Amino acid sequence: MYEIVEKAELAHTVYQYKIKAPLIAKKRRAGQFVVLRLNEMGERIPLTIVGSDDKAGTITIIAQEVGKSTAMLGDMVVGDSILDVVGPLGKPTHIEDFGIVVCVGGGIGTAPVLPIAKAMKEAGNKVISIIGARNKGLLILENEMREASHELNITTDDGSYGHHGFVTQVLQNFIDEGMKIGCVVGIGPVPMMRAVANVTRPYKIQTVVSLNPIMVDGTGMCGACRVTIGGKNQFVCVDGPEFNGHEVDYDELMMRNRSYIKEEKAAMEEFTYHEGAKCYERECK
Amino acid sequence: MDANEIKGRMKIPRQTMSEQNPHERVRNFYEVPYGFTPEQAMAEAKRCIQCKKPLCVGGCPVNIDIPWFIRLISEGKFIEAAHKLKETNGLPAVCGRVCPQEDQCEKVCVIGKKSDAVSIGRLERFAADYEREHGEITIPSIPKWTGKKAAVVGAGPAGLTVAGDLVKKGHKVTVFEALHTPGGVLMYGIPEFRLPKKIVQSEVEYLKRMGVEIILNAVVGKLETIDELLADGYGAVFVGSGAGLPNFMNIPGENLSGVYSANEYLTRVNLMKAYQFPEYDTPVIRGRKVVVIGGGNTAMDSARTALRLCPEEVSIVYRRSREELPARVEEVHHGEEEGLRFQLLTNPKKFIGDHEGRLKALECVRMELGEPDESGRRRPVEMKGSEFTIEADVAIIAIGNGANPLIPQTTPDIKVNKWGNITVNPDNGRTSKKGVFSGGDIVRGGATVILAMGDGRRAADSMDEYMRTGIW
Repeated sequence: MYEIVEKAELAHTVYQYKIKAPLIAKKRRAGQFVVLRLNEMGERIPLTIVGSDDKAGTITIIAQEVGKSTAMLGDMVVGDSILDVVGPLGKPTHIEDFGIVVCVGGGIGTAPVLPIAKAMKEAGNKVISIIGARNKGLLILENEMREASHELNITTDDGSYGHHGFVTQVLQNFIDEGMKIGCVVGIGPVPMMRAVANVTRPYKIQTVVSLNPIMVDGTGMCGACRVTIGGKNQFVCVDGPEFNGHEVDYDELMMRNRSYIKEEKAAMEEFTYHEGAKCYERECK
Repeated sequence: MDANEIKGRMKIPRQTMSEQNPHERVRNFYEVPYGFTPEQAMAEAKRCIQCKKPLCVGGCPVNIDIPWFIRLISEGKFIEAAHKLKETNGLPAVCGRVCPQEDQCEKVCVIGKKSDAVSIGRLERFAADYEREHGEITIPSIPKWTGKKAAVVGAGPAGLTVAGDLVKKGHKVTVFEALHTPGGVLMYGIPEFRLPKKIVQSEVEYLKRMGVEIILNAVVGKLETIDELLADGYGAVFVGSGAGLPNFMNIPGENLSGVYSANEYLTRVNLMKAYQFPEYDTPVIRGRKVVVIGGGNTAMDSARTALRLCPEEVSIVYRRSREELPARVEEVHHGEEEGLRFQLLTNPKKFIGDHEGRLKALECVRMELGEPDESGRRRPVEMKGSEFTIEADVAIIAIGNGANPLIPQTTPDIKVNKWGNITVNPDNGRTSKKGVFSGGDIVRGGATVILAMGDGRRAADSMDEYMRTGIW
């Protein structure tokens, strides 16, 4: 059992948790993730490790309520425990001194960008970040990203805060201004990652994206998370989650991520109407 | 035993196990055969002629004293029979169910030369079930601690055998398991209707009561490396991480929704209990027409699982003919009784999807058998121009697994062969790295539960020797 020792609401339905997991806290590096299962009847879901505190033995995760499992997680409070937390999984981010690194985070995707921005800064890079959200209320980790970057740019789709528009427009401006970018890290919804890759492709700027396919075990034994990268099948959980953004088959990833739309909706309805609060505590008979 | 008694015993017919009828069982996940009654078990046990030099023992990869435990059953001493079994086999209720006995102990049974071999597997199952169901599971006495501790990577059949053996020799043992449940393939691979999960867990519970410590959610290589385990004071490490890397076909359309590896499909259904969705949270696409590609036991397990998820039709697509099917005859027979269809001498060329990226059909080609290949089986050859399509909204690829690469990747000084399997000395399970032993599917590639257990047995003996003497 893995106890929740801190919980904070970052935005509407977006929560940050600190979870007691000393071994993972000691081992994890930027770019890695955990798979967790809330209870005996639960499913296994992947979430990025946003940070860790080796002394306190905790890891930090951020989750948005988008379906049954994350909604159940959203109902959990400090003192509650998660049944299973496995990690650290996936390959750590390749960190080196690229000169200038532009870190781009879209929506909840800012959470996985944060540890990478920190590590890139520590490695001596000049870190310029662009984070965006649909509106001001959905923007997360502004202060943390400001601290992890030399320069922070904010965009909102509706113009309620920062630059009015998309993160890619700011990135394009940097390129147009002649900024010598060594590497771009772009993480967010799949269409946003594809858009970032499309901006950098003509200039051959190295671009790293972190993929979010469906996962089951997260240790390479099933291939649920397979995605075509540069024409070859790769398992995101063991070969990634980070890949060259210019080689990813984004259409396929989006199609695969829709595989269980019907079932996800049914599970959420069942949960909303029949199970109610505290259902994460259920146990099988 | 005199000649007359032997003659008398040979006249007893082989006892048949009753089982759920096919129309009913295909609608549930309960176990198919019910097992022997005590009367049947005693009658079957009397068929054994108690050979002085029993060949059956040599046919068993862990050399169970078969005539002895069978004699105990014939005398009605069921609990004693179970204890006898557990001296050499920590998982008898599992092995009695899933071992291919027709290729092992029962293959060499002397009675089998003249009539049907003694049902050794069913008797093993009976004794273990009887002990469990009558609540009389006792644990053997454990010797004083030797002061040594050993680490086991992977809680599958190989690792659990090592753990049980080493604890009985007086060592402290910690098993590290990546998944949230111990058992390996017994939990995620073999379906509930062939091996009820509560039986696996009760056999694991037995090991825990003997003192085996199991740490779940622990991915060795990611959480701790083998080198760190050795530095932490573990005197020896056994790697039993299995062959869990699914092979794909590398043909177009393989990443459409509805195309699964058998590992994913079986993990969703068995380990995550997707057959009870939405009571359990993990979904699985049930499909209307399901095609399983491959002809081994994993293919049969996948197909019979699919049959229970109520589609209209489930077919096996296999590129050779019926004679070459590697699956157990019993499984093929059970599948056919349950309505499983076969598309033999057929090979998929591509998966065809709809506009949403969901599978709707397979394009296949007919095959014919040519000259024998290195394995001695006749090589399937494509028949030009024989392409045709099979409608399907779920396809399950069961064409074998590769070695799990995690341990070799994070422990580069462990030697592997060109397929990524760990190289060991077959006599003692020693790897190229001092203090590290290995066995089971990570060494053999996909093999059987009992072979993995036999490897575990040999490795445990040599780990014990190494920890006591320090000589490598």
